[in-house]
Amino acid sequence: MSKEINLEEKFQARIDAGERIEPKDWMPAKYRKTHIRQISQHAHSEIVGMLPEGNWITRAPTLRRKVGLLAKVQDEAGHGLYLYSAAETLGISRDEMEIQLITGKAKYSSIFNYPTLSWADIGAIGWLVDGAAIINQVMLTRTSFGPYARAMVRICKEESFHQRQGYEIMLGLAQGTPEQKAMAQDALNRFWWPSLMMFGPKDEDSPNTEQSVKWKIKRKTNDELRQQFIDITIPQAEYLGLTVPDPELKWNEERGHYDFGEIDWDEFWQVVKGNGPCNKERIAARTKAREDGAWVRAAALAHAEKKEARKVEKKTAV
Amino acid sequence: MKDQLYNYLLMLGDNSMILGHRLSELCGHGPALETDIALTNISLDLFGQVRGFFRYAAEVKGGEATEDSIAFLRYDREHYNCILVEQANVDFAHVIARQFFFDVFQELQLKQLVESKDEEIAAIAVKSLKETKYHLRFSSEWMKRLGDGTEESHERLQAAVDTLYPFTGEFFHETPLEKEMKENGIGVDLELIKTAFDETVSQIFVEATIKMPESKQRMVKGKYGIHSEQLGFILSDFQYMQRAYPNMEW
Ligand SMILES: [Fe+2]
Ligand SMILES: [Fe+2]
Ligand SMILES: [Fe+2]
Repeated sequence: MSKEINLEEKFQARIDAGERIEPKDWMPAKYRKTHIRQISQHAHSEIVGMLPEGNWITRAPTLRRKVGLLAKVQDEAGHGLYLYSAAETLGISRDEMEIQLITGKAKYSSIFNYPTLSWADIGAIGWLVDGAAIINQVMLTRTSFGPYARAMVRICKEESFHQRQGYEIMLGLAQGTPEQKAMAQDALNRFWWPSLMMFGPKDEDSPNTEQSVKWKIKRKTNDELRQQFIDITIPQAEYLGLTVPDPELKWNEERGHYDFGEIDWDEFWQVVKGNGPCNKERIAARTKAREDGAWVRAAALAHAEKKEARKVEKKTAV
Repeated sequence: MKDQLYNYLLMLGDNSMILGHRLSELCGHGPALETDIALTNISLDLFGQVRGFFRYAAEVKGGEATEDSIAFLRYDREHYNCILVEQANVDFAHVIARQFFFDVFQELQLKQLVESKDEEIAAIAVKSLKETKYHLRFSSEWMKRLGDGTEESHERLQAAVDTLYPFTGEFFHETPLEKEMKENGIGVDLELIKTAFDETVSQIFVEATIKMPESKQRMVKGKYGIHSEQLGFILSDFQYMQRAYPNMEW
């Protein structure tokens, strides 16, 4: 018992000293469990996030935009792969994680349960959704678990590229024809509030924060991160000449921050619980990919085994 | 001559464009993340080739033409791709068989185009050839995995080959335009390509334990702008934005 406490204290001391925890190091069971959950959910978000944007690949308006979007969605697949591998170091398989996703046991970022209805949504997602993701993820580059922190360093570089690409799409639309400007405004209207929800519930409704701070998964609270995102994003919206759909939005000189209106938390929880506009479609798409791919993965395995067997046969024959 | 070169560039670009489109439909839906990434990569390479051919075509055509006006604003009858590349993503076996047949042909075609008297075409071919060699390695490996994998994968691949192989004859049908391009040293000799194509395909079939289909080659005329019923649907997706919102910058 006292030995256990001792280990935990030493473990925490390492984190406090800024050391990285590596997969083979001793770690409290709860640390392992929390990281499996968080990293796999992050991976799922990357993968499910491919769907709303993938929805516009075949309809991208120019070759340059098509190639940009294809490359972006491909990057997200790479992020997913990288994060699944990081989670696997903690003793869970990719297969188990995928099952958790399609059975609804594991969550993913709720933003991807909203539909992409126009080309401008591709711009809005890059600008706002990748933008919000960066704020979360920059913080995670200094988290205590080594594989996760390293994955974030690599991923953040690409996310900032996505964010710039998205903003550039929006800028083009905002400076375009009246139809294009209306398309951009409509996308902002639909994605603004869900983007703010990406930072999670209000601090007073967010459990686990204290533990997360101790393990450096969190260095700032949900509300602090949300505020940071709003403060960065409002001038960008102004530069575009678009209107953020929040009548209460106002610069507060005293606080040095923007004040903003109340988030619709009922909508937030509804989407989290699976009742968002596209939850069913997203899970159905991942389930179909998994089921359609089952025979392919089996074939690859069988072929590799046959090849191995032939190698052994050859060796023993010699 | 200008018109002929322009049309020849369309023919070269359209195969890559329509196949690139088919692969792009799969992005996010692949059988595993690794294959999803690989197929998207191939799609990206193909669109890169399209941009090479169409930028040059725009130059040749002159006036207001751009890579995008050429890619997005032609009617179905003005597309000259082979029918094979517009075939649907029925299952992964169809995706692989379609890719394999195209890659074998395309690698051989590009090898000759590297020597084209037209320097622009030769330059595009040099870059594309490198990519296509990688594509061919990917699709050949999967031919072997599926053919010599499980009973189910073997059956699926054989079915895909039986359906798609009869479209490959179109690659080697020489149109008057291709004949002219061959004779003036810009284009390729399809007869030479055919011999090498048959060799590679039979060799991979053996390794993949796939039987050569007995069915006859299909009567198809994609190179003359007469397509399968599928192309119209591809184009209504592909051209949607440019048609619904004409004359805008994106
Ligand atoms: Fe990502
Ligand atoms: Fe991310
Ligand atoms: Fe991203």
